[in-house]
Amino acid sequence: MEKRAHFSGWTLPLLLIVPQMAITIIFFYWPASQAIWQSFLREDAFGLSSEFVGFENYVHLFEQPEYYRAMVTTAIFSSLVAFFSLACSLLLATQADKNLRGGQAYKTLLIWPYAVAPAIAGVLWIFMFHPTLGTLSKPIKAIGIDWNPMLNGNHAMTLLVLSATWKQISYNFLFFLAGLQAIPKSVIEAAAIDGAGPLRRFWTVIFPLLSPTTFFLLVVNIVYVFFDTFGIIDAVTGGGPAGTTTTLVYKVYADGRLGGDLGGSAAQSVILMIIVIALTAIQFRYVERKVQY
Amino acid sequence: MVENRPFTQFMAYLTLALGIVIVVFPVYLAIMASTFDAATIVNGNMPLTPGDQAGENYSRALFYGGKLAREPVSMMMMNSMIMALGIAFGKILISILSAYAVVYFKFPFRKTAFWVIFITLMLPVEVRIYPTYKIVADLGLLDTYTGLIMPLIASATGTLLFRQFFMTIPDELLEASKIDGAGAFRFFKDTLLPLSMTTIAALFVIQFIYGWNQYLWPLLITTKSSMQTIVIGIKKMITTTDALTEWQIAMTTAVLAMLPPVLVVVFMQRLFVKGLVETEK
Repeated sequence: MEKRAHFSGWTLPLLLIVPQMAITIIFFYWPASQAIWQSFLREDAFGLSSEFVGFENYVHLFEQPEYYRAMVTTAIFSSLVAFFSLACSLLLATQADKNLRGGQAYKTLLIWPYAVAPAIAGVLWIFMFHPTLGTLSKPIKAIGIDWNPMLNGNHAMTLLVLSATWKQISYNFLFFLAGLQAIPKSVIEAAAIDGAGPLRRFWTVIFPLLSPTTFFLLVVNIVYVFFDTFGIIDAVTGGGPAGTTTTLVYKVYADGRLGGDLGGSAAQSVILMIIVIALTAIQFRYVERKVQY
Repeated sequence: MVENRPFTQFMAYLTLALGIVIVVFPVYLAIMASTFDAATIVNGNMPLTPGDQAGENYSRALFYGGKLAREPVSMMMMNSMIMALGIAFGKILISILSAYAVVYFKFPFRKTAFWVIFITLMLPVEVRIYPTYKIVADLGLLDTYTGLIMPLIASATGTLLFRQFFMTIPDELLEASKIDGAGAFRFFKDTLLPLSMTTIAALFVIQFIYGWNQYLWPLLITTKSSMQTIVIGIKKMITTTDALTEWQIAMTTAVLAMLPPVLVVVFMQRLFVKGLVETEK
């Protein structure tokens, strides 16, 4: 796409673009290239000198069982959150799409958690499910489960999934509702005239027509779980107990900060960048196909 | 609606009501906790109706802070506000200017410039935290608002949003302005800016929430407690050694931390939805 009419001249446009360019280069390209460069270096214990070690940091990374564990943790965490938040919000959106009285009020009441910071969401949920003082821990203990997310890795992961899902429902709900409202009513009416009941209509007409939205949300949710849940994890579990909730991003942070292993941390950053670029590329290819369809 | 069965209607209301209860409950509990004293919360039998300590908790949190975070929450809120507004205005300013240059001018390397900006869309700050930290440290920007704000506005979403909007503005407007003798500055100020107001407001809402809720970046670069944002402050109030955690103050702070962005979403819902849907396209 191009504009037909333009202003001429060079200096003005260059001046206009300089602030963004400067910030992008200083705070984006420079650190990103530093991360790549650092991933090939190894610093000595005091951080005084560093030597070029080729792919050694990467090799070392893939020899660590903890790295595979972080990968598995990330995979489990993101698939659970993506599944539950998509399912819950789709259910809520289909209900809100029916012409109910007070529709706008439901929407408002469901979307505001978007504004809650992930770390705050984590704090709210740890308070609710705190092993000794949590309001909801008592009923869990009453049915005989020794609930303690501070000591039990599975309990910690459950709590993380719950809080991350809670936080993400509002976002998915908004997009699903918009997607549902874009489906022409005539298509649904036609299916109804052919004798399809509400469930059948949903699975054979509405759900397929909604698939571009669902796919888009799937990618966004995975990226969300990868990066934005850092605050939730740090607030709820701090990667523990015993590393059971350390995701890939959390490990970049913990290794660089607590362990001081900058080369290894940089190598992990580079792998994460590759994952994000791959996800974005998939999304863009799909979006292009969506335009034709 | 195709058919109107009372039963499906009823189920719809029930599902939505249940959803709303689940969504609201954690926050309701936090609000209740902010109205009790420490002892009531710690013994694990906190009632679900409000207590009478709200005034005490809020005034203590706002003006004295918790034992562990050591700064009054009002100060943390001020830091968060400066950061959120800085990110929102900063991003709007640099991206409307660069989008104007990319759309309305022909200059060498225009395409290159666009791609250089566009690629930043892909990588969130989390994947390059330590190198960015080092650069900010080298520039002497640790514990400054500039250091908090700048790295977070280095992204393409705003530029893309404005570019997309500018492309929908008919060419005739520029042609007419040129015939009237308006230069690049006049056209921007008198035509483009007034037309962009809704887009600017929508971007503002999204960026304000984004800025207010930042966690990892302020955690790394603020070392002085006087520079602490509220989201970091609340995390510091909760410790693994339970005895020290003042839950009533932590929950009061949580309520205060949620208030500004939630109010923005509720009262600017239309702009919020517009901003959210359009920045993601």
